[in-house]
Amino acid sequence: MYKQFYQHDKAAFWLLAIIGGIVFLIPIANMLFPERSPLHVSAYSISLIGKYLTFALLGLSLDLVWGYCGILALGQGAFFALGGYAMGMYLMRQIGNRGVYGNAELPDFMVFLNWQELPWYWYGFDQFWFAALMVIAVPGLLAYVFGWLAFRSRVTGVYLSIITQALTYALLLAFFRNEMGFGGNNGLTDFKELIGFNIQSSGVRAWLLIASGVSLMLAFLASRWIMNSKLGRVVTAIRDQEMRVRFIGYRVELFKLWIFVFAAVLAGIAGALYVPQVGIINPSEFAPLNSLEIVIWVAIGGRGTLYGAIVGAVLVNYAKTLLTGWLPEIWLFFLGAAFILVTVMLPDGLYGLWLRRIKGVQS
Amino acid sequence: MTALALPTGEVDTSHGPILYLEGVSVSFDGFKALNNLSLYIDEGELRCLIGPNGAGKTTLMDVITGKTRPDSGSVFFGQTIDLLKLDEPAIATAGIGRKFQKPSVFEKLTVFENLELSLATNKGVWATLFAKLTAGQRERIGEVLETIGLVEHKTQQAGALSHGQKQWLEIGMLLMQEPKVMLIDEPVAGMTHQEIERTAQLLLSLQGERSVIVVEHDMEFVRSIAKRVTVLHEGSVLTEGTMDEVQNDPRVIQVYLGD
Repeated sequence: MYKQFYQHDKAAFWLLAIIGGIVFLIPIANMLFPERSPLHVSAYSISLIGKYLTFALLGLSLDLVWGYCGILALGQGAFFALGGYAMGMYLMRQIGNRGVYGNAELPDFMVFLNWQELPWYWYGFDQFWFAALMVIAVPGLLAYVFGWLAFRSRVTGVYLSIITQALTYALLLAFFRNEMGFGGNNGLTDFKELIGFNIQSSGVRAWLLIASGVSLMLAFLASRWIMNSKLGRVVTAIRDQEMRVRFIGYRVELFKLWIFVFAAVLAGIAGALYVPQVGIINPSEFAPLNSLEIVIWVAIGGRGTLYGAIVGAVLVNYAKTLLTGWLPEIWLFFLGAAFILVTVMLPDGLYGLWLRRIKGVQS
Repeated sequence: MTALALPTGEVDTSHGPILYLEGVSVSFDGFKALNNLSLYIDEGELRCLIGPNGAGKTTLMDVITGKTRPDSGSVFFGQTIDLLKLDEPAIATAGIGRKFQKPSVFEKLTVFENLELSLATNKGVWATLFAKLTAGQRERIGEVLETIGLVEHKTQQAGALSHGQKQWLEIGMLLMQEPKVMLIDEPVAGMTHQEIERTAQLLLSLQGERSVIVVEHDMEFVRSIAKRVTVLHEGSVLTEGTMDEVQNDPRVIQVYLGD
């Protein structure tokens, strides 16, 4: 069967093979080789690569909404952060009485605020299954309500972009407030365990990397299947001729809503995988700038291709890791310059460049 | 969703006309685009609408297809379906298809896919996600490709078609919807003579089975296809009749040539 798949779609085959290879080989390299060997991969690197994979999933989710459906959503980071918070709440509850204040009932920041009991919306987060459900349900529900209101009123184009920015900014302000009960400014951190295992151990880090890689592969396959279905063609048609689609008899708003919610759920999952690997979630994840960065990843990789979003997210974030290490102040200039360059010179991103090369070689 | 429920069953045309517009008025910022307009279209008829710029032709199509809501008046599809209570997708599904003035096909999709999306079938989100073409549906797409003369272009991206071919593709997309009424806005604008001739044949072949309303500026083209012509002026019907009657009507001459 994999031979057929290879014949049918070589690029997809190689993408999956590479992600699969990373997920399989890196934990092995961590365990087999001693720390002084050049082939050794440190636990820090595992989490870093795992983080890139969650960003790739986040970029993929935006590509569905923007690249395929033409909705320039500038608030995709909000769904990522909400998924992250849901996971963070679970990890906070796992701390139990090992916090600074040793209070088994309340997370540290609540003790610090002199709260006497757990707010109702923290109920259930001591159970992993409940937290996992919320990782999907909270971003999905917010996207559903927001999208239903926006798409039904036929808010499009730059207006929609602006209100999605406003959405994530509003959440940023709300989560900053201590009274909200999500740790305010500091967010949630100091995690100890994930499903009973030490979150710092290289074993858990390896499993998180595997979970991120597998989620990315599954999300890629699902998105590819959706975009190859008739629904995918309708969504592309909405991007190019929304009015025509409506006059053919499709309820454009429902299709937009469906894609928007699906993408929000993917972003939420990405956020939930991100938080245990970086060890913290705080309101800065809602920053409008974060959501803009996702757009840049997708633009650089090439939108409306799925591959482009994944490659773009990994490359840009790798560059970010390198550059912020050497010259932190130059990073934003670099990002802006890269975005302008790609917009002007490579409207189809790196994927378009690659396609042109292949075609150039063939002809 | 109940307010948007799709009308089911046949369109009731027992009294002759399939489309009734009565006393329809639309104004934009005080400008009366349609002024107490009344118009009846018979089942299976091919009707041409002409009139100078600003006469209200496009607004009329907007009202019928649900894009614009009139300030007053009523619009009925057959005896029973009140079009003013439906939105665009519901009107399209009920059996009214529309071709825009500017060719609007899905340029990134192939000709075949353009027709596939237009197919008259369940257009819900989940049904669309799991949709598979049946043999009968494939056959129907083949027939329409034949009718619009784009069989060889089946797998080509629609964006690569010529202007005339795009216009035909859009008419084909309308046909895929199996509409009872087709509204066609300026089908031959920008076409060559040969293309105009083929378009005339195409439209003539459609009448009878469906009602076709054509808005067109090209008088020669209108003369070649029309049995009945309606002249709009300042948002109302000025006169109706055969092309000869209309062209010799002194009011029409005045409207077109000025005082």
